[in-house]
Amino acid sequence: MQTANLLPLILVLAVAAYGLAFMRSRAVAAPLGGIRNLKALPFYYAARAALWCAIPALIVLAAWAGFEGKVIQGMVISSLPQDVWPESPGQASLVLSQISNVAAGKLNPEFVPEHIAGAAGLLENLRAQSGTFKTILVLLIAALGAAFAWTRVAPHINARESVERTLRRIFFVCAAVAVLTTVGIVFSVIFETVRFFGKVPITEFLFGTSWSPQTALRADQVGAEGAFGIIPLFTGTLLISAIALLVAVPIGLLSAIYLSEYASKRVRSTVKPLLEMLAGVPTVVYGFFAALTVAPFIRDMAELVGLEASSQSALAAGLVMGIMIIPFVSSLSDDVINAVPQTLRDGSLALGATQSETMKNVIFPAALPGIIGGILLAASRAIGETMIVVMAAGLAANLTANPLDSVTTVTVQIATLLVGDQEFDSAKTLSAFALGMMLFIVTLLLNVVALKIVRKYREQYD
Amino acid sequence: MTDQRSQAEIVRQSLKRRYRKERRFRLYGIVAIFIALASLFILFADIIGKGHTGFVKTTITLDVTLDSETMYLDDPTDQDQIAMADFVAPIIAALQDHFPDAEGRAARRELGRLVGSYAASDIRDLIEANPDLLNTTQTMEFLAHDTVSVYVKHADDPSYSIRLSEQQQAWVDELLEKDVIDTSFNDVLFSRGDSREPGNAGILGAIVGSLFTMLVTLAISFPVGIAAAIYLEEFAPQNKITDFIEVNINNLAAVPSIIFGLLGLAVFIGLFGMPRSVPVVGGLVLALMTLPTIIISSRAAIKSVPPSIREAAEGIGASKMQVVLHHVVPLAMPGMLTGSIIGMAQALGETAPLLLIGMVAFIVDVPDGFFSSATVLPVQIYLWASSSEQGFVELASAGIMVLLAFMISMNALAIWLRKRLERRW
Repeated sequence: MQTANLLPLILVLAVAAYGLAFMRSRAVAAPLGGIRNLKALPFYYAARAALWCAIPALIVLAAWAGFEGKVIQGMVISSLPQDVWPESPGQASLVLSQISNVAAGKLNPEFVPEHIAGAAGLLENLRAQSGTFKTILVLLIAALGAAFAWTRVAPHINARESVERTLRRIFFVCAAVAVLTTVGIVFSVIFETVRFFGKVPITEFLFGTSWSPQTALRADQVGAEGAFGIIPLFTGTLLISAIALLVAVPIGLLSAIYLSEYASKRVRSTVKPLLEMLAGVPTVVYGFFAALTVAPFIRDMAELVGLEASSQSALAAGLVMGIMIIPFVSSLSDDVINAVPQTLRDGSLALGATQSETMKNVIFPAALPGIIGGILLAASRAIGETMIVVMAAGLAANLTANPLDSVTTVTVQIATLLVGDQEFDSAKTLSAFALGMMLFIVTLLLNVVALKIVRKYREQYD
Repeated sequence: MTDQRSQAEIVRQSLKRRYRKERRFRLYGIVAIFIALASLFILFADIIGKGHTGFVKTTITLDVTLDSETMYLDDPTDQDQIAMADFVAPIIAALQDHFPDAEGRAARRELGRLVGSYAASDIRDLIEANPDLLNTTQTMEFLAHDTVSVYVKHADDPSYSIRLSEQQQAWVDELLEKDVIDTSFNDVLFSRGDSREPGNAGILGAIVGSLFTMLVTLAISFPVGIAAAIYLEEFAPQNKITDFIEVNINNLAAVPSIIFGLLGLAVFIGLFGMPRSVPVVGGLVLALMTLPTIIISSRAAIKSVPPSIREAAEGIGASKMQVVLHHVVPLAMPGMLTGSIIGMAQALGETAPLLLIGMVAFIVDVPDGFFSSATVLPVQIYLWASSSEQGFVELASAGIMVLLAFMISMNALAIWLRKRLERRW
C-alpha cells in the first residue's frame, strides 16, 4: 500500500485505540466505584493507547519509506548479469531510469535488451512485495502497541505521567529538528565538497582566477579541462553586494533616523509598513524588475552618455538588491536607535545641541556597534540572494570592477550548475556543492559576528 | 564678563549655520524615505503597466463550415481518419469568406497564421465529441495567433516587435473593425497549465502546485515549530544543549535560501531517493526554511502570556503540561498563527531552493497530487520572465500580480488576526 494511504489508516487505528482504551478504563473503574479511583483520568489512558499505537508505527513507516527506494534499486542493479553491470553511478542511474520507464509502461519492453525487461519485472515485483511487507509490518506494530496499552489500563498505573513524558520528548525532538537541519546542511555539502577536492586541488579552487566549469563530453575534446577558480565569482559577488549596500545603507539609515527622531506618530505608522512591504515582495519579482526594466534602462542611459554597458550589468542587479535590503537596514537601525537610553538624548539637548547634533555626536556613536551588526546582517543577505542575480546578472565570470560590465556570482553558479539533469560525479556538479559550502561558511561567519555585536550592544544598555 | 558675552555672541552667530544644518539633515531623511517609497511605487507601477494586458486575450470568432470534403473526413468515429484529417482547412475557408481575394498558397498560409496553432485541435475535439456536427456550420471562437495578439495589444509599444506582414496587418485591422477579432478577459490564464504558446498558457497549474507545496509546508512547519517553541520556552533546562539549539535556530534564520535547496537535493533526493520536481520535496525544503521564523515568533507569543496565568493554573493543581496545553498555548495561539501566516507567505514567494530540486520543469498538466510533477507560482514567473517569446513577459507580470495578491491577502489576514484576537495584559 502507498505510504500516503497508510498515514490515514494509522490515524484511524490510533483513534480506535483511543476509544477502546477510554471505554476499558471506565470499565476497569466501574467496580471500584467510579473513575476517581483511577490514578489518572480516562483521557490519559486513552491518549497513551493512541500514542503507543501511532508513534512506533509512524517511525517504522518513515524509515521504510525513506530507504525503500534505494534498497530496491540496489537489488535490481545487482540482479543484472555480471557483464552488463554499470561502471559508474552515472550509467547506473541511466540504466535505472530505463528500467523504471519499462516498469511504468512508458517504454515498450520489446524495444529494450532482455536483461532490462527482466529487471523491470523484478523491480515491479520487489515494489509490490515491499508494499505488502510494509503494510503488514506497520499495521502489526500499530496493533501490538495498542494491545500493550490496553493491558496497561489499570487503576494503579499513572497514565498521565507517561503521556506527559512522551509529549515532552516529542517537543524536544521538534526543537532538535533545527539542529538536524544544520547537521543535514553541513553533511550534504561536505561530502560532495571533499569529492570535488579529490578532482580539483583546493588551492586552484581558492586562488584560481578563471572560472569555466564546462567539462568535456569526450576525453579528446579541445579545452577539455574546466577551470575552477573561485576568485572571479567572489569579486562578482562582492561587487554586486557592495553596490547594494551603497544604496541600502544610506537610505535605510537616514530613513530610520528620520522615522525615530523626527517623524510624527502618524507619519511613522504609515511609512513603516510601506517600507516593510519592500521586504515582503518576493525576490523573483525584484529579479523580473531588474532584468526587464532596470537593466535596459541603465544600458540606454549609459549609451546616452557614450559608455558601453552590458545588458546584464552588475549595476542593475546591485541597485535592485539595494532596494530589497533597505527595510532590513532601516528596521534594524530603528531598533538600535530606539534602544539608546533617553537620558543620553535629554542630556545632549539640555546642553543646547540641536537634534541633528545630538544624533550625529551622541546617539549615532552610541548606536554604532548595533548599526554595524545590522549592516553585516544585510551584507550576508545580499551575498546569499539568488533570484535577482540569476535573472539580472550574467553567467560570464569576468574579473572586473566595472559596474557596467556583466559579472556572475556564487549563487548564480550554484543555481545554473544544478538546474536540469546532472551527473552526480562530474567535477562540474560537485563544484556547485563546494561553492555552496563557501557560501554557507561566509554567511555563517557574518551572521555569528553580527549577532554577537548586536547582543553585546544590547547588554550594554539593558 | 566680556569673555562670557563673547562666547554667547559666538554661539548666536553660529546659530544660523547650525539651524541650516539641522534643516539639511532633516531633508536628507525625507529624501531617503522618498527614494525608498518611490522605488516601491515604481516597482508596482512597472509591473501593473507590463502585466495588465496579460489579463486580456485576443480571440477570432468564425463561422466554420465543417465540410467533410475540405477536411478529408467521412467518418468521425474512425480514429485513423481523424488522425489524417485536415482540420486547418475549414478555418482557412472561413477566413477566406471574409477576404475573397486572398487566393493562392502563400495567401492561404498567411491567413492560417492568424489563428493560434491549437485552433485545429479545437475543431477535432468538437467533431470527435459530436460526430453529427459534420457538414454543419458552427460559430466557433478561436484564440488568435500570438503575433496577432501582440499586434492587437501592443501596436503602439516600441518595445514589442510586430511580426505580421503588411497584408496580415491589413486583414487584422479589417477583422478588428468587423468585431471578428475581439479582446476579452483572459480566462485561459486561470484555467490551464503552462504552454509553449503564450496565448494558450495559464497559471492554474502553478497555483495548484503552490497549493500542494504549501499544504506540505504547513503540515510540517506549523506543528513542529510550535512544539519546538513550547519546549524551548517552557521545558528546556538551562544547559549547553538548549543554548546550542537556540544558536542553531538563530543562524538557520539567516542561512541563504539556496543552501536549503542543496540540502533538499543531497538529502531528500540523493539520500532518500525521492522523486524530483514533486510538491512533497518542495514542501519539505520550504518547511525547514520557514521553521526558524515560526519558532521565533511562537516563542515571542508564549513569552507574552503573563506569569499570573501559569501561577493560577499551578495553584489549583494542574501539572506543568496541563498548564502549558490548557492555558498558555490557547492564549498564545493568535501570536503563533500570525507568525505562521507570515512565514507561509515568505515560503509562497520563495524560488531559489525549488530551482535546485527540479521544480523548474516544463509541465503542461495541472498537478493532481503531492507526488505528481509540479511547478509553483514564483518559479512559473521566473520561467516566463526568462523566456525569449515576447508574449510571456505580460504573462509573467500578470503572474506576479496574482502572486502579490495572494501574499497581500495572507499578510492582511495576519494583521486582522492580530488585531482581532490579540489581548493586552
